[in-house]
Amino acid sequence: MNLIFEKSVKGRKCDILPKLDVEPVALPENLQRETAPRLPEMSETDVSRHYTELNKQVHGVNCGFYPLGSCTMKYNPRIDEEAAALEGFTNIHPLAPKSTVRGALEVLETLQADLCEITGMDGMTFEPAAGAHGEFTGVLLIKQYHDSHNDTKRTKIIVPDSAHGTNPATAAMCGYQVVNIPSAPDGCVDLDALRSVLGEDTAGLMLTNPNTVGIFDENILEITKLVHEAGGLCYYDGANTNAIMGVVRPGDMGFDCIHLNLHKTFATPHGGGGPGAGAVGCKEFLKPFLPHSALMDRPGRVQVRAFMGNFLVCVRALAYVMTLGREGIPEAATNAVLNANYLMQKIKGTFTPAFDRICMHEFVLDLSGYEKETGVSALDVAKSLIDYGMHPPTMYFPLIVHEALMLEPTETESKETLDWAADVFRKLYELGKTDPEFMHNAPHNTPIGRPDEVKAARNPIVRYTFA
Amino acid sequence: MGSYVPSTEEQRREMLEAIGLSSTRELYRDVPESMILNRPLDLPEGKSELEVRAAMEALAAKNTVFKTVLRGAGAYDHYIPSIVKYIPAKEEFLTAYTPYQAEISQGVLQSIFEYQTMIAELTGMDASNASVYDGATAAAEAAAMCRDRKRRVTLISATTHPDVINTVRTYCYGTNDTLQVVPMKDGKTDLDALKAMLNDGVASFYVQQPNFYGLFEDAEALGEAVHAAGAMFVMGCNPIALAIMKTPRDCGADVAVGEGQPLGLPIGFGGPYLGFMATTMKHIRKLPGRIVGETTDHDGRRAYVLSLQAREQHIRREKASSNICSNEALCALTAGLYMATMGPDGMAEVANQCMAKAHYLQKALCQIDGVTLRYDGAFFHEFLLDMPKCKEIEQALAKKGVLSGLPYEDGMLWCVTEKASKETLDEVVAAVKEVLA
Repeated sequence: MNLIFEKSVKGRKCDILPKLDVEPVALPENLQRETAPRLPEMSETDVSRHYTELNKQVHGVNCGFYPLGSCTMKYNPRIDEEAAALEGFTNIHPLAPKSTVRGALEVLETLQADLCEITGMDGMTFEPAAGAHGEFTGVLLIKQYHDSHNDTKRTKIIVPDSAHGTNPATAAMCGYQVVNIPSAPDGCVDLDALRSVLGEDTAGLMLTNPNTVGIFDENILEITKLVHEAGGLCYYDGANTNAIMGVVRPGDMGFDCIHLNLHKTFATPHGGGGPGAGAVGCKEFLKPFLPHSALMDRPGRVQVRAFMGNFLVCVRALAYVMTLGREGIPEAATNAVLNANYLMQKIKGTFTPAFDRICMHEFVLDLSGYEKETGVSALDVAKSLIDYGMHPPTMYFPLIVHEALMLEPTETESKETLDWAADVFRKLYELGKTDPEFMHNAPHNTPIGRPDEVKAARNPIVRYTFA
Repeated sequence: MGSYVPSTEEQRREMLEAIGLSSTRELYRDVPESMILNRPLDLPEGKSELEVRAAMEALAAKNTVFKTVLRGAGAYDHYIPSIVKYIPAKEEFLTAYTPYQAEISQGVLQSIFEYQTMIAELTGMDASNASVYDGATAAAEAAAMCRDRKRRVTLISATTHPDVINTVRTYCYGTNDTLQVVPMKDGKTDLDALKAMLNDGVASFYVQQPNFYGLFEDAEALGEAVHAAGAMFVMGCNPIALAIMKTPRDCGADVAVGEGQPLGLPIGFGGPYLGFMATTMKHIRKLPGRIVGETTDHDGRRAYVLSLQAREQHIRREKASSNICSNEALCALTAGLYMATMGPDGMAEVANQCMAKAHYLQKALCQIDGVTLRYDGAFFHEFLLDMPKCKEIEQALAKKGVLSGLPYEDGMLWCVTEKASKETLDEVVAAVKEVLA
C-alpha cells in the first residue's frame, strides 16, 4: 500500500479557510522558514480514501475476539463516544472561568467519587494520561510522603519479578533503586523473599492483585502489613482491576495508592495505543501530595502534565460507570472471571494452563512442553490465530512462564465466541503436530507476512525519504 | 441497569457447571472472606442508554461554549475540518490496541510512520517518536534524554508555559536532579543570564518558541550559547507556527518537542492532547517511547513494525529510557490527518491568518486609553496587554459569547486564531472600550 506522500500531487488541496479579512503581517525575515515542509498535497477524496484504506488494515475490538491478556480489550460502548463528542465537552477551554465549566467539574467530581468508592480510596487525580504515567504519579506520592517526614534513607522500591516492565521503569524514574523479588511458583509474592528485603531502606512495594498470571494473592493482607511494618507504602497497579471491581477493593487490601486504567477497566477505547487515562487514587494521608496544575489551580505542587488530564477520556468513563451502576460493576467483574475460567476449562486437554486452578479475569498457557514436542512456539500459535480472525493473546509475558500465551477474554464476549475460540485452539493444537511448517509461516491471509524486525532495528528507517 | 454482558442467565449457569462450580462466589475463593465487599457499592443504579444520554447532555449543557475563544496559553482553538473529526471515529482505529501484531496492524503502523515523517518535516529533524502524552511531558522526557552521568542540571527559560516548567521540575524531582529557571528580560530569555548559568554540569536548556507571552525568542543565539558550553539545546515549538517559522533544526536544536493539540485536536478542557518529540539520527536511540520503522516481510514486501524496542520498559525494565507504554496514538493519527488535509499551503495559511488577526486585535486594543503592550518584539498569535478591569472585561465579553484573553500577572494574555473574524474582533474592541470608558 502506498504511503500518503506517494499519493501527493503538487498543487492539490482541500478548501478549508476563508480569505484573510485583515492586513497580512509578515514574519521578520530572520525568523522565516527556509523551505516549506513537504506535507502531503491532497483533495478531500484522496484523504478520505487513504485513511479508509489504512483503517481496513487494522484489527479492532469491533472486528472480532481480542483476548489480549492484561489489556482488557472489552467492548467500547458507542454511547460513551457520543457523550465525549458533545460540544459542551469538546469546546471548553481548560483555563475558562470555573463558573463556565461547572458541568466539566461535575464530571470529574462524580467520576472521582464513584472510582474512590469502587477502589476504597479517599482522593483522586485525573492528571495522568496512561497507566505508566499513573504509576509515576503514584510512586511520587510515596516519595513526597517520605520526604515530608525527612525520611531520606528509604531508597528502594520492591517489585516482584512477575511485574509488568513499567513498574521497575517507574521506580527508576522516581529515583529509586529497584529490588526485584522472585515470585512463588504460582506467581504470588514469596513471603520469605519479601521479608528478606524489607527494611529501613524500603520506600514501598508495587504490586498488582490479581497478579500478572491472573491469580488473586490470598496473602495480600499479610503482604501489605509487612510492608507497612517496615515503614514502606503499598502501591496498587490497577491493570487487573477488571477482575475485582465491586467485589473486593484495593483500599481494603491495605494499599495506600493505586492507579486505574480507564482505557481498560472502564471501557474507553485504546485508539491504537492511546490516549488512555491513568487515574490515581490515594488514602486520606496522601491527598496533600496529589498533583495540581500550576496555571489552572495550585502552584507549588507537583504536576505530571499540563492542565487537568485526558478529560474527554474521563467523560467516556463516567458514561460507562453511569450505565453499569451499582449492580453492573460487580456483574462485569464476575463475568470477566467466569469467561476466563470457562475458556481455560475448554482449552484444557490441549494446551496446558501454567497454573491449574481457578483464575481471575485472565490465565496463562505454558507452551514450553508443546514447543519441545512439536517445534511450534507460542509465537507460531499466536500468528496462526490471526488467520482465524482472532487477535493473538499477549505473548511471552509474564517472563516467569516460558512460551507464555496470556488470555483475557473479558466479560463482553459471549459463550458462543468462547466455544469457537476453544475450537480454534484445539485445531491449532492438532495442526502443530501434523504440519508445524505451516504454523511457522503463519499468518497466511494477511496483507504482509511476519516482518523482519532485526532488519528494522539494525538499519532504522523511521521516516519517508523524498525522491 | 445497563450491561454489556452478552451471556444469558442460563448460559452463565452452564458455564459455571462446566468449570465445576455452583456459584459465582466460588470464583473468588482465593479472596479472604473478610475482605469481600459485603454490601452493594454506594453508586446510583445503572441506567439505560437513553437515560445516560440525557444525563451526559445535561452535564455538557452546564458548560458555556463560547462562539469565539481569544484565550490560548497552551490550548488553542483552531478550526477542525470535518474530515478530521470523522476519520478517527472509525471503529478499527478507535478500538485497536497498540500495534504489537504487525500483520494485522499495518494501518495503524503506517499512519504512525506517516505522522513521524510529517513531524520530522515540520521540525526539520531526522526522526520523531510515535508521540508522548502532551507538550509538557515531551519537555520533561527531552530533559531526561539529554542527561548523562556528568551533566545532570536542566535549564529552562522563565518564558516557558508555567505548567511545562512545573512538569519538568516534577520529573527532575523524580530522578533527584536539578532544574534551574533562566530569568527573562523584557518578555524574552535573558541571554546573558543563560550564559552565566551554563557550565559543564548542565545537560540541556529548554526554550519555548514562540514563548508563553507569544514572543519569538532569538533561538539561534540561545542555541549557540548552549552548544558553546557543551550542553544540548531543546526547543518546544508551536506546530502551527512551524509552518512558517525557522525550524528548530535550522536554529541548532538537538531535540524539538511541542504540544500537538493545535493540529486538529479540540481544546477539550485540557485533553487528550499530543506531545511530539523529534531529534537527530545521532540521538535516536535515546528518544523515549514507541518508534515505527520500515522493514520487509519474508516475501520482500514493505512492512512497518514497532522498532528499536531495546530502549523500552518491557525489554529494559529499570534501565529503560522512560516508563512510557501507552501514548496518544489516535491523537497522532488525527494530527497527521490534519496536516494532510491542510497541506503545506493550508498550514502556512492558518499560521499567517493567526498572526495577522492577532496583530490586528493588538493594535486596535492598544489604541484604547489605558491599554498598552507589555513586551515589544515580534510575536505570533499571543500577546500580553497591560490593562485595567480585566475581570469586568472578561464578563462583558462573555455576554457577547466571547472568551476573553486570560487574566494573567495583572494584565491579559490574548490569543487570536484563524477562527475569529474581523467583525468579531471589532465587536471585542468596542466592548473593551465600553468597559474602560
